[in-house]
Amino acid sequence: MTAPSPTFEFDGAAVPLQPGDTILQAAQRAGHEVPHLCWDARVSPSASCRLCTVLADGRPVAACVTPAQPGQRVQCHTPALAQQRLRLLQLLFVEGHHFCPGCERSGACRLQAAAARAGMTELHFEALDPDRRVDASHPDVWFEPGRCILCQLCVRASDELDSKRVFAIGGRGLGAHLLIDSPSGRLGDSALSVHDAAAHICPVGALLPKRVGFAQPIGRRPFDDAETRG
Amino acid sequence: MSPPPTSTPPTVGAAPRKWRVATVSLAGCFGCHMSLLDIDERLFELIERVEFDRSPLTDLKTLAPCDLGLVEGGLCNAENVEVLRRFRAQCRILVAVGACAITGGLPALRNHLDVGEVLRATYGERVPDDPELPLPLARVLPVHEVVRIDHALPGCPPPADAFWQLLQDLMAGRAPALHGGLIRYD
Repeated sequence: MTAPSPTFEFDGAAVPLQPGDTILQAAQRAGHEVPHLCWDARVSPSASCRLCTVLADGRPVAACVTPAQPGQRVQCHTPALAQQRLRLLQLLFVEGHHFCPGCERSGACRLQAAAARAGMTELHFEALDPDRRVDASHPDVWFEPGRCILCQLCVRASDELDSKRVFAIGGRGLGAHLLIDSPSGRLGDSALSVHDAAAHICPVGALLPKRVGFAQPIGRRPFDDAETRG
Repeated sequence: MSPPPTSTPPTVGAAPRKWRVATVSLAGCFGCHMSLLDIDERLFELIERVEFDRSPLTDLKTLAPCDLGLVEGGLCNAENVEVLRRFRAQCRILVAVGACAITGGLPALRNHLDVGEVLRATYGERVPDDPELPLPLARVLPVHEVVRIDHALPGCPPPADAFWQLLQDLMAGRAPALHGGLIRYD
């Protein structure tokens, strides 16, 4: 005799709960899509991107860190939340240098895919145009800070999966940036290897393995839309 | 989301007045215009419904009041700014077309270089200084930082089908509804 497993309501559908579930985990397991950039099942959550914000019993919370409660009423896809996600994506675009036409992550980039899905056609805000320098000192990996969205996936992957702690976030406010743990502060002097999980977990075109760009034909990249690629 | 309600254009009597459409390339590569031409034989259908004003495809040197202006390219020099302002003044609907107009695009990669140093690196000691030449701006700007825009058509270039969708929607009195596959940035 097993008690029926507890559920909560996600956009009107009943979603079963397991002990310790966050809203995002339970919803994903039940096949519901929750928009996100900084969440990855392999590492602990950081709740920095805010794209997964949902209304839990009317209150805005980040679904990736908020425990799901039995009987809770969660709204994920509403016009107001869609508009808020669009603004968040536009903020990320103007904060960095996201010139997709020249980026080798185009078509395989979570930020770009989320923006297209959100219907983003323009930037809305003024470009911040930060002055950031590329770090190409590592033989196999390069870092383009202009594209970094501070999701901290590389920070967590290096810490939790590679046990190396190569990365951290430093600075405050708009000055926040990715720090590299090496005497020179450069990637080439750090313990990072191209085989590390951290070298491959970046959801955008900031931390990339060298010499493998533009290998996938347009139309066969992970987020390509079959409809228009022909 | 469902598109906003359609306002049906009047269809009584003679054929509806043709739309006047102007196009321009500022700091563009003309690739967006080529992508517009990629609507191929639909150009014949288009020309039944629109008349082109100033455009790289016509010989008109000045701009009359227009229903629609399509702007390709960002702003890289003083003449770009003057032309863009004129387009804003004359066009009822102004559309930023392509990555350059919307974000500054790849030309904006020069924004962290000193424009004087760029010119000297290119021309050496003989940087052109005739007053007939427009001075470059210190930074390449997207068009929405200088004038209000009504719509944007992303892509580098936008797909021909996206141009077609935009034109169809605008001429039917609808806000352009680009569905998933027609929104791209590369």
